[in-house]
Amino acid sequence: MQVTRFLRCFGLLVLFYVAMPAHAALDIEIIGAGEHQIPVAIVPFAGEEKFAQSISQVVSADLARSGLFRLVDPAGKTPHDPREVAYADWAGVDAIAIGSVEEQVNNRVSVKFRLLDTVKKTELAGQAVSGRTDQLRAIAHRIADLIYEKLTGDAGVFSTRIVYVNRQGKANRLVVADSDGYGEQTVLATNEPIMSPSWSPDGSHLAYVTFEHGHAVVYVQSLLTSQRIVVAKFPGSNSAPAWSPDGRQLAVVLTRDGSSQIYLVRPDGSDLRRITFSGAIDTEPNFSPDGQYLLFTSDRGGSPQIYRVPVEGRETERLTFDGGNNFSPRYSPDGKSFVFAHLTGGRFYIATQDFETRQMQLLTEGGWEKKPSFAPNGKLILFATEAQGRGILATVSSDGRVKQRMFPQAGDIREPVWGPFLKQ
Amino acid sequence: MKKLLIGALLANLLAACASQKPAEPVVEAKPAPVAEAPKQVEQKAAPAPAQVVIDPLNDPNSILAKRSTYYPFDVYVLQDADKLIVQAHARYLSEHPYRMVRLEGNCDERGSNEYNLGLGQRRADGVKKALQMGGVKDSQIETVSYGEEKPKLTCHEEKCWKENRRTDLNYR
Repeated sequence: MQVTRFLRCFGLLVLFYVAMPAHAALDIEIIGAGEHQIPVAIVPFAGEEKFAQSISQVVSADLARSGLFRLVDPAGKTPHDPREVAYADWAGVDAIAIGSVEEQVNNRVSVKFRLLDTVKKTELAGQAVSGRTDQLRAIAHRIADLIYEKLTGDAGVFSTRIVYVNRQGKANRLVVADSDGYGEQTVLATNEPIMSPSWSPDGSHLAYVTFEHGHAVVYVQSLLTSQRIVVAKFPGSNSAPAWSPDGRQLAVVLTRDGSSQIYLVRPDGSDLRRITFSGAIDTEPNFSPDGQYLLFTSDRGGSPQIYRVPVEGRETERLTFDGGNNFSPRYSPDGKSFVFAHLTGGRFYIATQDFETRQMQLLTEGGWEKKPSFAPNGKLILFATEAQGRGILATVSSDGRVKQRMFPQAGDIREPVWGPFLKQ
Repeated sequence: MKKLLIGALLANLLAACASQKPAEPVVEAKPAPVAEAPKQVEQKAAPAPAQVVIDPLNDPNSILAKRSTYYPFDVYVLQDADKLIVQAHARYLSEHPYRMVRLEGNCDERGSNEYNLGLGQRRADGVKKALQMGGVKDSQIETVSYGEEKPKLTCHEEKCWKENRRTDLNYR
């Protein structure tokens, strides 16, 4: 679609709430809007009212949360087939989504969906999917991904998952949820702290740190079987696991030889070798998308700043020089920039820095904003912050325009990380 | 007058709520040392065979009753103010080679969790080094860092932060 056709809304501040059923784990609030919001209408799917999950509502909520779309009310018009569409009725939108849900035997459903360009009067996408009734949300997320991709040119992340730690008093839970906060699954529950969850590149395993043994120990756990193994349990602290893009190695931080230093180890705990030799605190390693470099935090220059080192070791380069301290670096999926937490004047900000221009851009207003990670399409950044005295989840678009906050029903949220695209 | 008092109380409560996480309100309401107390009670009952002389570790007036060292922001070097305390523990531990101590490093929340885990480890390691210089055997000392994960106090202010930048000496 041509950019010129998108609705322009300079200076427009939109504040709206996505209505969620009571069993939602998170309440979501969106602030701000993309510069060019795409007007779309999602027509209620034929037959969707027979099911607990309304597909058109899930799709609409996904698109609204991205901040890139303006959802236009179909105003009672309910075409379900392209032949029923009177294009003249849809002058105010760029595209409409129509479809149907049909019940089949054995608790299965068949979902048909089409995305129509209302200007060119052509079909942009069409899909027929069959699945179990309890997969309706997942099917809806995939439809939203398809719409997002067709209309913005970028892959959608509505089908991806996030991980975070929920702390309630002493009770800590490691939780995996859909990117909209639904479908919470507790991966681990313990009365000891849980830190630094890290997704394997294929989304099948999590590495994380717990204090179940009295000190920080690194585990890798399968999300399919729930089986877990100890990866690093040396005296002192074992922490900050980060997967290599090929899934064959983990960078970890150990204090077994003195101060916190970065090591590589296989996910089964074998073949340990040391990468940094600074004698300072070197921590929070993160692999570049090509697997060649590690970003990390170090206080070797006197204050915590962000550095880059080739995985083979050798020449380390300091990347951040702006006033204040910088922590928790993570590469953007295209490898051209990195996101980090910037501490200045007693406030934490989420910031990005371009490798080429070396310019730092603050994306948030500042507060207790920590632990940023990119969505796998690079368009959104997930981080932990505080509101109303609670630890909550928040996202900001990578251009800083669209922000949303997600409130858990109970407890404080810490250490969120956005998961990878899942192979379908 | 009564109304005023209630109003002031409410305002105080609200202010307290606004500045503190609700997750651990019980801990916040108590005076700081209470959380540490039960462990020390257990330790008193520990090995000590029929002694007539009181173990100086259990003497509340002894310098050994002080079991924490404190630090400025982002600093892990043992401070002069705490050196006498650590030296006293070194003397005690070298005179009681069967006693074990666990050094637990903690940080305030200003930093990333992982950076603070490293910083807390260095704080604990700094106390360990001082104990070793005082003649304590390596096998008597265990170090652990909790980073910012186990704060004693949870407000976002210096009065809490300074309590959390700490190494505890826990006898076992």
